[in-house]
Amino acid sequence: MAFRVVHYINQFYAGIGGEEKADHQPEIREGVVGPGAAFKGAFKADAEIVATVICGDSYFASNLEEATAKIIDLIKPFKPDAFVAGPAFNAGRYGTACGAICEAVSKQLGIPVVSGMYPENPGVDMFKKSHYIIETPDSAAGMRKAVPAMAALLMKLLKKEPLGKPEEEGYIERGIRKNKFYDKLAAERCVDMFVAKLKGLPFETEYKMPVFDRVLPQPAVKDMKNAVIAIVTSGGIVPKGNPDRIEASSASKYGEYDITGVDDLSSDGYRTAHGGYDATYADEDSDRVIPVDVLRDMEKEGVIKKLHNKFYSTVGNGTAVASSARFGAEIADKLVADGVTAVILTST
Amino acid sequence: MRLELHRLFVKDLKFGDKTGFANGTLTINKKELLNLISEDPLLGKNLDVDLAIPGDSTRIMPVKDVIEPRWKIEGKGQVFPGTLSDVETVGEGKTLVLTGAAVLTTGTLVRFQEGIIDMSGPGADYTPYSKTCNIALVLEPADPEMDKHDYEKACRIAGLKAAAYLAQCCAEVPAEKVDVFEHANIREAMGAHPGLPKVGYLYMLQTQGLLHDTYLYGVDVKQILPTILSPLEVMDGAIVSGNCVSACDKNSSYVHLNNPIIANMMKRHGQDFNFVTCIITNENVTLADKRRSSSYATKLAAMLGLDGVIISEEGFGNPDADLVMNCQKAEKQGIKTALLTDEYAGQDGASQSLADSCVEGDACVTAGNANEVIHLPPMEKVIGYPEEANVIAGGWEGSLAEDGSITVELQAITGATSELGYTKLGAYTI
Repeated sequence: MAFRVVHYINQFYAGIGGEEKADHQPEIREGVVGPGAAFKGAFKADAEIVATVICGDSYFASNLEEATAKIIDLIKPFKPDAFVAGPAFNAGRYGTACGAICEAVSKQLGIPVVSGMYPENPGVDMFKKSHYIIETPDSAAGMRKAVPAMAALLMKLLKKEPLGKPEEEGYIERGIRKNKFYDKLAAERCVDMFVAKLKGLPFETEYKMPVFDRVLPQPAVKDMKNAVIAIVTSGGIVPKGNPDRIEASSASKYGEYDITGVDDLSSDGYRTAHGGYDATYADEDSDRVIPVDVLRDMEKEGVIKKLHNKFYSTVGNGTAVASSARFGAEIADKLVADGVTAVILTST
Repeated sequence: MRLELHRLFVKDLKFGDKTGFANGTLTINKKELLNLISEDPLLGKNLDVDLAIPGDSTRIMPVKDVIEPRWKIEGKGQVFPGTLSDVETVGEGKTLVLTGAAVLTTGTLVRFQEGIIDMSGPGADYTPYSKTCNIALVLEPADPEMDKHDYEKACRIAGLKAAAYLAQCCAEVPAEKVDVFEHANIREAMGAHPGLPKVGYLYMLQTQGLLHDTYLYGVDVKQILPTILSPLEVMDGAIVSGNCVSACDKNSSYVHLNNPIIANMMKRHGQDFNFVTCIITNENVTLADKRRSSSYATKLAAMLGLDGVIISEEGFGNPDADLVMNCQKAEKQGIKTALLTDEYAGQDGASQSLADSCVEGDACVTAGNANEVIHLPPMEKVIGYPEEANVIAGGWEGSLAEDGSITVELQAITGATSELGYTKLGAYTI
């Protein structure tokens, strides 16, 4: 039996009109519309387009959530096995809509999704992590190239066939690392690569070195006397018993702990949840990781105005940059709301 | 230098009256082995020895170290010098190896930094130690409140003692196979193989405290300056592991003995390059130490006139800085590098894999993303303590399900992303 596919296109490719019709509200039609005909040819008997969703680019862009919800509702009754959007080539709003709806369908319906865009389409950077985007030429002249590649990738996903590297399958690199078992030990692969490099022969690194977001330190606090200082740590200090069960590695959360009236972190009350360093000394005296004792002294001496009554703690061990960035943003919002003026960040 | 490894191939284990080897089976006198490890007053009264064979429905956790049974039958020194035996250097003569057998240290957790070994099922595909016949020492401390460094040492020594004892008891059995390894001294090496590039192996050892330490001839490696070492010394037990935190990418004593980078470099020696020496370096926690050790290690490579080095990292995060410094400083002196590391790209694989980076690291092999999640179905038998899955590095509250299955990141599986490259796992970008 053929797989059931729903196709998403904009008002232009549906033949409704150009910019003047870009506020066209979402609708669904049974069967193939516009470029769907090309997909029909590419799918042969393996899959059929059971319905086509049409939405104006402006309408989608200005009603993102509503349009997405509406489209999901329109799709559901057709019980699709897969979803395909575009190709959008270099059309920015169309690409963004294809990306957003593919992401939503993938998340909410849990079915394979594919779109197609020109690498410089803004939808690529926004949505490449969420789904496979086939690399297309920059204009509709490339339809004949784009559609067969999109159809082939979708069929592979539907048949749960293993996918090759981006250049083998024609999709834009998503920047997601996937494990696989090679034929050779990693040690042997490394010696092979070493020999190729020594001899000046071509070789392909297995991991391109990452480019980092470098965060510049803020300027020094000038008026310490009026500073409200908070402590935030990736060193894992938590009340004994680790009430939030923060993981020893690859933390999925952070904790917020009240230190009102606490002048000194004793081994009776505090521990580290961190699994990545010799924790003996942090467990003996957690002030070694977050200097509550010294800051309380400074508070009494009037060097600082106040030590914030909450500290924030997570485990920085093997924790993904994406998780850290989320924790950081949330913690910063809370600190600002609480009137904190400066933060001491400690790691281990 | 010439080392002969006299191999007996262990395919099965059983308990019996006399410890010894016959017809592929290693028989173990349990009482004698228990008496030996019980000598240590730092270990408790309830010690046990258990066995696990490849394919068994058995889970062993939390595992601290894995050690291959070896005993020197000819030549100076003895296995695990400076830690178990006297400090005499090793790497020459004849050493008996019980190939296919491994001693595991398990039992009461030292700290939530130890690993899991499944003998069958999906987890077994990831750990190299599902393919060995395992003698598991189930240990506990004499006093639950005792210093954890002392307990760690007691566990480490117990494993080495058991490994040496098992091989010693088989010393009279003629070898089934003899592998001969030779390695030239520096003067000979400098004149040998004209036209081939001279290369070394920059062997990074993690040295960051409890359960993060490594020992060279019994010396805590965090206290050394980088030094040179013959690959044959490594094969004869000069390096001992005290390291198992996030057990996926920590080098067990077993994998030091069987270092596959050294094995592959020895294989290509004389054909593709001239393998001159190993250079051992540490991964300490302070910036000054990192800078000193990376400058010194790469200086040794330059002093020896090496054209290239393979660099293997141990661990992740903090040691990524050591890896990058070693790579950058070598390349800046014209020494070509290839790197072996693993990755922490998040459970979804979408974050950066390393904590530090340099453009010179253009030849990098990876042993996989350690954050990837795996489901380990229940096993009929568990040696050790399964509830530790909820706290060990790579697990979380709820990792152990009621049916005994465990959901964890690969980082909890011993040796799964070995940065000595002892598995076939790798990663690619989609």
